[in-house]
Amino acid sequence: MTQAPALELKGISKSFGPVQANKDISISVQPGTVHGIIGENGAGKSTLMSILYGFYKADAGEIFISGQKTQIPDSQAAISAGIGMVFQHFKLVENFTVLENVVLGAEDGAMLRPSLAKARKLLTKLADEYELNVDPDAKIEDLGVGMQQRVEILKALYRQADILILDEPTGVLTPAEADHLFRILENLRAEGKTIILITHKLREIMEITDTVSVMRRGEMTATVKTSDTSPEELAELMVGRKVLLRVDKKPAEPGVPVLEIANLTMVDSDGVTRVKGIDLNVRAGEVVGIAGVAGNGQSELLEVLGGYATATGTIRLNGEELDLTGKHSDGQSRRNKGIAHVPEDRQREGLIMDFSAWENTAFGYHHDPKYQRNALFMDNAAIKKDTQEKMDRFDVRPPDPNLAAKNFSGGNQQKIVLAREIERNPELLLIGQPTRGVDIGAIEFIHQQIVALRDQGKAILLVSVELEEILALSDRIAVMFDGQIMGERMPADTDEKELGLLMAGVTEGAA
Amino acid sequence: MEKMPKWADVVLVPIISLLLAAILSAIVIAAIGESPWAALKLMVEGSLGSTYGWGYTLYYATNFMFTGLAVAVAFHARMFNIGGEGQAALGGLGVALVCMFIPFPHWSIALLVAAIAAGLFGAVWAAIPAYLQARRGSHIVITTIMFNFIASALLNFLLIGALKPKGSMEPATGKFPETTHLPTLHDILGVIGIPFSKAAPVNVSFIIAILACVVVWALIWKTRLGLEIRSYGESEPGAKYAGISPFKIIMISMFISGGLAGMMAINNVMGEAERLVLNSVEGAGFIGIAVALMGRSHPFGVFLAAILFGFLYQGGAELALWTSIPRELIIVIQALVILFTGALDNMVRTPLEAVFLSLRKKGA
Amino acid sequence: MESLTILLEVFNSSLRLATPLLLACLAGLFSERAGIFDIGLEGKMLAAAFFSAAIAAVTGSVWIGLLAGIGASLALAGIHGLASITFRGDQLISGVAINFLAAGLTVLIAQSWFQQGGRTPSLGDGARFGPLGSQIFIYVALMTVPASWWVLFRTRFGLRLRAVGENPAAVDTAGVNVVRLRFAAVAICGVLCGIAGAYLSTALQAGFVKDMTAGRGFIALAALIFAKWRPWHALGACFLFGFLQAISLRPDLIEAVIGFKVQVQLLDALPYILTVVILAGFVGSAIPPRAGGAPYVKER
Repeated sequence: MTQAPALELKGISKSFGPVQANKDISISVQPGTVHGIIGENGAGKSTLMSILYGFYKADAGEIFISGQKTQIPDSQAAISAGIGMVFQHFKLVENFTVLENVVLGAEDGAMLRPSLAKARKLLTKLADEYELNVDPDAKIEDLGVGMQQRVEILKALYRQADILILDEPTGVLTPAEADHLFRILENLRAEGKTIILITHKLREIMEITDTVSVMRRGEMTATVKTSDTSPEELAELMVGRKVLLRVDKKPAEPGVPVLEIANLTMVDSDGVTRVKGIDLNVRAGEVVGIAGVAGNGQSELLEVLGGYATATGTIRLNGEELDLTGKHSDGQSRRNKGIAHVPEDRQREGLIMDFSAWENTAFGYHHDPKYQRNALFMDNAAIKKDTQEKMDRFDVRPPDPNLAAKNFSGGNQQKIVLAREIERNPELLLIGQPTRGVDIGAIEFIHQQIVALRDQGKAILLVSVELEEILALSDRIAVMFDGQIMGERMPADTDEKELGLLMAGVTEGAA
Repeated sequence: MEKMPKWADVVLVPIISLLLAAILSAIVIAAIGESPWAALKLMVEGSLGSTYGWGYTLYYATNFMFTGLAVAVAFHARMFNIGGEGQAALGGLGVALVCMFIPFPHWSIALLVAAIAAGLFGAVWAAIPAYLQARRGSHIVITTIMFNFIASALLNFLLIGALKPKGSMEPATGKFPETTHLPTLHDILGVIGIPFSKAAPVNVSFIIAILACVVVWALIWKTRLGLEIRSYGESEPGAKYAGISPFKIIMISMFISGGLAGMMAINNVMGEAERLVLNSVEGAGFIGIAVALMGRSHPFGVFLAAILFGFLYQGGAELALWTSIPRELIIVIQALVILFTGALDNMVRTPLEAVFLSLRKKGA
Repeated sequence: MESLTILLEVFNSSLRLATPLLLACLAGLFSERAGIFDIGLEGKMLAAAFFSAAIAAVTGSVWIGLLAGIGASLALAGIHGLASITFRGDQLISGVAINFLAAGLTVLIAQSWFQQGGRTPSLGDGARFGPLGSQIFIYVALMTVPASWWVLFRTRFGLRLRAVGENPAAVDTAGVNVVRLRFAAVAICGVLCGIAGAYLSTALQAGFVKDMTAGRGFIALAALIFAKWRPWHALGACFLFGFLQAISLRPDLIEAVIGFKVQVQLLDALPYILTVVILAGFVGSAIPPRAGGAPYVKER
């Protein structure tokens, strides 16, 4: 080894109260390489990066940059050490121009004009060098996410970053944008920059990285050369045991169509068309999985079905048309019709985090006659009793109906939501990201519950960005891309590769 | 895991905040050359030492219960209603109109109708900013402030013009008819033979205010609407998911809030002044903010905090009478309470949480 | 000829009454552009009005009075910063508390110092600004408009200040200290409110009386919304509201000009009504700085 590592971490540890987010992490990254860090949600990747960027102070450990021991107490120190960060959620001022955003914090003197003029020149140069073309005078709010991400990269380069960290950069990108990003990253690597790519997508790791570290539950379980490993091996390292999600289930026996969607179009409050005229059926006794990259209209589809977004087109439930815009296009009406909904984001929507478990059990079903004492008052004792029973059946721990939702683990929170929705014996269950942020044990339990509901002859519409989950649970798979359904496949007749192409918007004809 | 037990959050934090406010107030009193201890004694004697004192304390407390509940209900829907002052002023207008223009056979009917009128006037005055918030996104804090000023101008206009008796120079209505006069606590307790000061203004509205506390408690914690209001207050996306209409909750909670603030008028306008004067609310709408913060938006807390502020108000009046400390001391104390229980909450809470965390570690 | 004199007179009086509004409005502009809502403009002005008059009365020097007024306003701004920046409290509640703190303390201290029922003694010649001094205030207020514009839109500090009001995370990750920046904005707000308050008690009038701001802080707030948080528009809004105050003092004039009597109360309420109309979005929408009102909490 002739060169000092561009970045070296030794024994980094960080705890939040009782939770150890990073445990004795050590890595070493050579200059001019792309290093991947892969791990599940909650594995501690983001905490580690926040430490590197001076957001958190590590409890223990040392950071070396180009062989020099470096303290990073704040973002300013990280920037001076040559670290640039592209966050998953961009840190841009929406109503500023690209130029202003790039210059912000790295101005040349107290007057603005000379700084802006200098930045404009440099931006043109960078654009040529790295395929980073952006209109410097465009306002951020007028740019698409792919462009905004380029601005973030430009910001880092403008600050002369030698080490560029990207946190889940492709989560919001279309495949074409993702490809362009990778070309940019390759150009940067060729220029000698060091890149750290944080992701939970194996494909990206295999495609672009030189070395890869795997994180699991706050620990760095392995660091290997990408060329020496395989996706299967990495997957095993990520989850800690050899589980390729398998759910025991008998073949589906689909019955009559329960949900019939025709020509459904949804325009959001910003005037962007999110769902573009889709047709889809879900039959009784069948799980239909919707695969797709996040942000391709799946969330909005669930919102429309759940009754909190308006749309045009028709949706029929057991032959009866649902109100999509009027008085009965709300969540209560949907519940009354027998649609249960486990939302994608349980902490924002599915639960009120400061409410007790029993209040959350009544939440959304608070008009249920069995929860009322009389015309005026609710029967809180009855709700508590019902909650207790649900908690026992779903093995929620601790089984305490009076505990606030925020005090349960992710898996147990999800079980509270699931118990509330499934035990309603719905005609149709909408379920989004059922196992996001949920521990392995609870995942199996949740999957079993979904299959059991299916076996009772109920219709289930599953949305997940985890392809494995879709493949394991679905009886039929629809792939969404850019608000449209690109095609339907039977799980037995397809594989990740084909689905991946569809998710990227590539249909047979084009491919 | 909870950072500290619930009782500490509900009881300890407000008490420490109150203590801090008290200590600072004592320093202020000392700084203007009076003895804080003597001042406290005088306040306690003046407000709690006689039925006369109690009569005023509870009279003020009645006002503050209504306005405190008003702010608390809106807080549950995560809305900050600074408009209690204007809503109470409009409530006064409602009371004055029915008392002046409807001939009532008996005070009980007058009270019922006046309470409804007061509530309705206050509610409508709150409903306009609520509508603008719900439909047009106009920030309710700013609009309710503006509506306070507009209310003040409106009452000014009416009391100098249409509502003023002919020949009077004073901007006020004439005296309400005898049949609208409410029984005082002296009258009520007299029935069961308990002597109570005749001069004190506390009246039957005090009982209505206590009833209002109970009703609000039941509404917030025992009904579906209460659950919906609290859900919306905690999380708007959550409420939408559960099929709770934000528009409905904003309108209803502000309607109730304004109604409660307006109902204060049965106490000060109908019960005490027996006519509508200029600036009849005298800042009670703003004290409601301090009361709701202090009482943690819980009706029982509001009840206690209202009595505390009633005590401060009456005690402050006594101070102004017997010492060189002006009544404005109460406004300072009120400001400090709002500051510590509202804005500097984390200053008290964070160290307290740390203490409980370290206690638990030792225990474990 | 006579109508021209009257016109000039109304213009002058509008300008005099608009001056404190303009200073307070620009004060609010700096604070709110940095993401700190400030409904405590009224309280800061009031405190400054009292302390400048009181210290001027005691020392006999209006300049020391002015400094004291600015100091008092800065102290309240410091409390607001402490509550809303350091302890991440509710900015609106903090503002309410500051208004009451000023309303109570000014009378309390006035009574203790001067025993004149919550007012300061009438200020003599050296202890207040004469006609020339008042003119200077007006020019200072007017000059503050282009100065604010220049600072906000042409300097590094202004860029950062506007950014921190829109997205503090962007400023933080760009390596700029959010807390320091916001405190700077709150301090500027304090200084400008201080000048506005001092003007009220030592230039517009000769001494402090209880509650002498009389809602001007809220009218300034209304003007700020009316101006949609822009300096030049603030000048227009404040002049309009100053004009309304000026003509409400001359009901005879209005009657002479438009032929019928307009209620003074309507003129008093007009700034507030106009603000509600603006807020309701009937005359274009007023979008406040995006991060306004929210404390900044670091997250990944």
